[in-house]
Formats: sequence, structure tokens, C-alpha cells
Amino acid sequence: MTTAPANQPLLEIRNLRIEFPTRRGILVAVDDISLHIDPGEILGVVGESGAGKSLTGAAVIGLLEPPGRIADGQIILEGGRIDNLPYEEMRKIRGRRIGAIFQDPLTSLNPLYSVSRQLVETIQTHLPLSERQARARALELLQEVGIPGAEERIDHYPHQFSGGMRQRVVIALALCAEPRLIIADEPTTALDVSIQAQIISLLKRLCKDHQTAVMLVTHDMGVIAEAADRVAVMYSGRIAEVGPVQDVVRRAKHPYTHGLMGSIPHIGHAVAKLTQIEGSMPRLQEIPPGCPFNPRCPEADGRCRAERPELQWIENTEVACHRFDAPEARSQAGD
Amino acid sequence: MTEAAQVPTEAAGADLLLRAHDLKRYFDVSPPFLNRVIERLPRAIVKAVDGVSFDIGRGETFSLVGESGCGKSTVARLVVGLYQPTAGGITFDGIDVAGQTAAEARQNVQSRMQMIFQDPYASLNPRWRVANIVAEPIRARGLLPSNREVKARVGELLTQVGLSPADSEKYPHEFSGGQRQRISIARALAGSPDFLVCDEPTSALDVSVQAQILNLMKELQRQYHLTYLFISHDLAVVYHVSTTVGVMYLGRLVEWAPTQTLFNQPRHPYTRMLLDAIPDLEMTGRQRIPVAGEVPSPINPPSGCPFHPRCPHADDRCRAEMPTAHATGDSHVACHAVDDGRLS
Ligand SMILES: Nc1ncnc2c1ncn2[C@@H]1O[C@H](COP(=O)(O)OP(=O)(O)OP(=O)(O)O)[C@@H](O)[C@H]1O
Ligand SMILES: Nc1ncnc2c1ncn2[C@@H]1O[C@H](COP(=O)(O)OP(=O)(O)OP(=O)(O)O)[C@@H](O)[C@H]1O
Ligand code: SF4
Ligand SMILES: [Mg+2]
Ligand SMILES: [Mg+2]
Repeated sequence: MTTAPANQPLLEIRNLRIEFPTRRGILVAVDDISLHIDPGEILGVVGESGAGKSLTGAAVIGLLEPPGRIADGQIILEGGRIDNLPYEEMRKIRGRRIGAIFQDPLTSLNPLYSVSRQLVETIQTHLPLSERQARARALELLQEVGIPGAEERIDHYPHQFSGGMRQRVVIALALCAEPRLIIADEPTTALDVSIQAQIISLLKRLCKDHQTAVMLVTHDMGVIAEAADRVAVMYSGRIAEVGPVQDVVRRAKHPYTHGLMGSIPHIGHAVAKLTQIEGSMPRLQEIPPGCPFNPRCPEADGRCRAERPELQWIENTEVACHRFDAPEARSQAGD
Repeated sequence: MTEAAQVPTEAAGADLLLRAHDLKRYFDVSPPFLNRVIERLPRAIVKAVDGVSFDIGRGETFSLVGESGCGKSTVARLVVGLYQPTAGGITFDGIDVAGQTAAEARQNVQSRMQMIFQDPYASLNPRWRVANIVAEPIRARGLLPSNREVKARVGELLTQVGLSPADSEKYPHEFSGGQRQRISIARALAGSPDFLVCDEPTSALDVSVQAQILNLMKELQRQYHLTYLFISHDLAVVYHVSTTVGVMYLGRLVEWAPTQTLFNQPRHPYTRMLLDAIPDLEMTGRQRIPVAGEVPSPINPPSGCPFHPRCPHADDRCRAEMPTAHATGDSHVACHAVDDGRLS
């Protein structure tokens, strides 16, 4: 395995396009997106339901389900392309170099096997360890993710754990081979805020201690604000805005991000009415030409309805919005 | 103080619409009789709701918050009559609707109460057109004489919730999640209720859609002077919609107070813990204080104060004796540390 030189991102997604061929034509679910994640960095990916967040994550770990397919673009992990690898090779990367955590811990755990057995098997698949060594490593992992009384609980079955504990077991499974990258798709959505806080601080600690990079997919802005270093806002299969979390959360530039932030209620700010983005995100077969957000956008003009905006640098963030094209519009960028 | 002291009194004036008094609902989740005998398993009773009292004033929004499994939905179901209470009482507009002889009274007020559920898809019949879904409560109670009037009313209701009369010909699957929740709201409003029980009405929706629904619910409340029992695990949403907030833990209300008081001066250690655990957009990068431990099993609740195993302020009394709720300022709190002045 090659280690990435310091200036090279751990993961790079270049012009990714994901399609679903249907009888009535091709649906484009992810349309020409480019992203990168550095070692030890948490990249948040947010957006409404159907924006293409999970598909992007699935493409990276090679788990796109047919008929979905990568129609264009490249996925590069530590300098090498992984989007065109044969199934067997991708399977080895999955687990070894890329770990996955999904929303529902029960789907990632086998209810019939004890936690120790699942951990030991996964460890032995990826690392040349004896049964005893693997078990010792499994115990270490359970301790690391904060399972109290790990020695006693290691031989328990998933149903004997609570929801938050199970999610920690899933994280332990994802960490078995010390992957460089973790794809976490809604890892805290099924959990209570109190448990959510525990899982998030665990993820942050792991990133820091092991320089693991995380792609954190969620629709929860609060989780992003707290955990992510940078955030990508997706809308209709495209990236509307991507940048440091502080900039995106506090000084949203794209009209969609702006509306999104205003629609979230805040404790301590009593308002009679929340900001409302009228309408809803279009279905895949109804994405309008030009900027996909234009029918809902208070700032849209003729150009927005005709021409697709590309990402451009505005201060610290990249924004895909025509508002920032013209010099006179650019002067309003700070509002 | 006695149990009766648990009933909050601020809202108890002329404006009282709903009162729950010492409500209890237990579920028997024991293994089948034979297994119990052979494997010597004990009987298992879940005390899903165990002595909850609250008042809701007309035109107010009373919210229940708390972690998964604390009994919020069970309270909602008790209030609308989907469950019979194991003990305790509910009065609606002064009428007893939960007692042994209350079946008839329940019938009479039923049309004035409606419920909105979390999953707008599961609660809409997929084979019915929207017109029939929304008209169902009108037809069931024979509220309008002719089909023409029903149709006009359905069109009016759909318009009120931000859809169009033309949508009445469509089926639920043709709508997005937010639109489906609008349909549920239109149906709930069809019988002109004055009281709506909303169990996580926006939890399955995107935040932008949630904002639309919350704005709609507030607007309808203002227009029709509706009263809401609102359930959510999202404290920011609760902050936004509520007049009064009740915090539940293991089947009990541990604290209730006017919204601003509860959020500005949380008193119960559990309320403080919940507020500390909220991810905060304003404070990017802040380290949340992770809550220790998890909700214990409602089958074997801890002795004394049910929160004591997770509580940083627990002492011997907390481990032995169940605290009852007392008024401090305009809050009601069930905590020994607050009672003893160890916590202000
Ligand atoms: N098998 C499929 N056939 C057709 N379209 C599909 C298929 N799978 C996914 N899609 C579409 O691709 C789009 C993106 O889906 P994706 O699961 O990535 O959304 P998401 O952003 O993760 O949303 P959520 O927040 O709901 O998880 C959606 O519009 C979805 O309907
Ligand atoms: N019909 C039932 N039979 C047995 N147990 C039940 C039943 N309904 C609820 N319970 C139990 O009662 C407790 C309270 O459940 P309830 O659904 O009221 O919680 P909740 O606060 O609404 O949780 P959530 O936030 O997950 O919706 C839980 O332990 C639950 O398992
Ligand atoms: S490009 Fe136009 S329509 Fe799209 S967000 Fe910007 S202003 Fe609005
Ligand atoms: Mg998804
Ligand atoms: Mg519930």
C-alpha cells in the first residue's frame, strides 16, 4: 500500500456521475460531483432526502446496487483509482482500507453470531492474526469504543445490547483493520440525542488518534456543525456549496443553504415563523434545466433557468450559484 | 407533599381544556405461561406510563420530550383513547373520558380530538384517493349532508394546508413526505377538532419540510384556536412550538415548566443533561457533554429516583426514595437534590 504524500488528499472524487437506466430513459442521481477528504478530516455531507448522499457514499465503497452505475468520473483512494477495480479487489479494500457504518446497527450485525465471533472473523479476514490474538484485538476495540465491561460482554449477542451499544459495536467492526477512511451514513439518526453525543465524540476522537478520515452523511445540521471540519451541501445530485463548516453554517452563501439554515429552529432564538423554502426538491425525472434549485429560489433570474452554475471559489467556500457570477452580485456575498 | 400536589395549577383556570391526573398504563410483556413455569421466568410488567399528571390550557401547546421508550407515545394514545389507562383519569373540557363509565363521554368528545402520527405514509390508506382520505372523518360522523358539500369542504381543507383541490384525485404515493403530512393534517382538521395530538409529526421529514409543517401548524393554531399535545424528541422543535414543556423519564414527568423557564433554567439533572447533549449550530466545534449511561429498562426500573444511576447528584436518599414533584418558581420538579437545596 502506498501512503499518500502530505499534499495529496486521502480520497478524491472527480466528476462522479451515477445513473439509473430505466424504461423511460436514464435518471441521473449524482451529476458531476467532485470532492476530496484529507487524512484525519471529517467531511460532512448534508442535503434533503433523495439528494444523492447515500449513493455517493455507496459508490466510494463499491456498494452501488444495480441498476445504479457509475457512468462517469473517478474515485481515487491514496493516489490509486478504486472505481474500476474487479469485485474481489474492491472487497479487499472494503473493510481493510475503507470501513462502513450505517444507520441501522441491526442490519450490519448478524443476530445469530456473538459479538466476539463477528469481530474475530472480520479481524482475521483482514489481518494475519491467530484466533487468540484476534480475540485480544476485538476486546481492545470494544474498550476503545467505550463498551463498559467489555470482558463480560464480548460473548453476548447483538440483541443483548442497547441501540447505542450496538452502534458502538458496528463502529468497532468498521475499525477492525484500522481503515484509512470511514463512510458513516446516518450513523446517529436512529439514536437519542444523549447517545448521539457519545457516538459523535467517539468518531471525533478516533479521527484524531488514528488520522482516520470520515465521510459523515447525515441530514442533521447539528451533528455536522459539531463533528465536521468541512461540509458539502448536496441538492438534486449536485454540490450546491462546500467549505469549512463555520463558513457554511454561519455564512451560508448558496440560497439553498441559506434557506436550510433558517428553517432550523434554534433554542434561545424565539421566532414566530421559521424561514420557509417553498416547494420541494424535484424528483429525478423532473430536475429543471439550469440551476436545479431555480424554481424554489428567491434570487433566480433568466440565467438560472437556462445555464447550470458551476462551483466557484467565494472566500473560503466553493459555491454553485449564478448570484456570484456578476461583479455587482459578488459585492453582496457577505450578507 | 401529597400526590395531588403534582397537578400543575397555573393552567387550571377557566381555560383548562385537558387534564391528565396520575395516569398509568402498564403492559404485561411476560413470556407465555408455559415458558414462565418451565424456565422459571418471572412475570414482566412494563410501566410505560407511571403516574403522569398535566394540564393543558385552551389554545396552548403542551409538549412532551424525553428519550426513546420513556412513554411519550403511550401518553398520546391514552389521551386520544387508543389505550385504556391502567389507573388515573383524563378529563376533556371538564368531562371524564377515561373512567369505567366514560365510554359514552368518549364517543361524544372523540370528534373534537384528532391525532397526527410520525409516519405520514403508514397512516394514509395507499389505495384511497386523497379526497376519500380527507373526507373520511366527515362521512364517518355524517357532518355534511351531500357529496357536493363534502367535496367542497375537502377542497377547502386541502387549500388550507397548502395543497390544491385538484390534489384530491391523486393517491398518497404521488406525494412527497411533507405533502403527505399535509394530507394527514387536512384529514385531522376535517372534523373541526379543537384538540390535536401530534406524535413526532415532523420527525420523518427534512428540516426544510419540517419548517413548512411547523409554520402551517402554528398558523392553523392561531386561526382556529387549536390546542396541541405535541410530542418530539427534538428539543429545538419543542422550544419553537411549545407553551409548556414536560420532560419524561421512564414513564414519569420529572420536570414541567413554561417553555422559556424550562430552557433558561432547567432544574432537574436529567433536563440539564438533555439540554447539554443538544448539538448546537451556533457553537460550532463545541465539545458536547456526552451523557453518561443509557435509559434503564422499564421492566426493572431502578429503586428510588429512576434517574439515579445516571445522575451526578444522586445520594442515598435518591437511591431509596422516589421523589415527588414540587413547585419551585414556575417549574415543577421531581428531584431530591432540588428539594434538599443541593441543586438550585
Ligand atoms: N434503484 C434505484 N432506482 C432509481 N432511483 C434510485 C434508486 N436508488 C436510489 N435512487 C434515487 O437516487 C436519488 C438519490 O438517492 P440517495 O439514497 O443517495 O439519497 P440520500 O441523499 O441518501 O437521501 P436520504 O436522506 O433519504 O437517505 C433518489 O432520488 C433516489 O430516489
Ligand atoms: N403495546 C405495548 N406492549 C408492550 N409494551 C409497550 C407497548 N407500547 C409501548 N410499550 C413499551 O412502553 C415503553 C414506552 O413506549 P412509548 O412508545 O410510549 O415510548 P416513546 O417515548 O414514545 O418512545 P419513542 O421516542 O421511541 O417513540 C417502552 O418501553 C415500550 O417498549
Ligand atoms: S443559481 Fe440562481 S436559482 Fe440557483 S441558487 Fe443561485 S440564484 Fe438561486
Ligand atoms: Mg441516504
Ligand atoms: Mg413514540
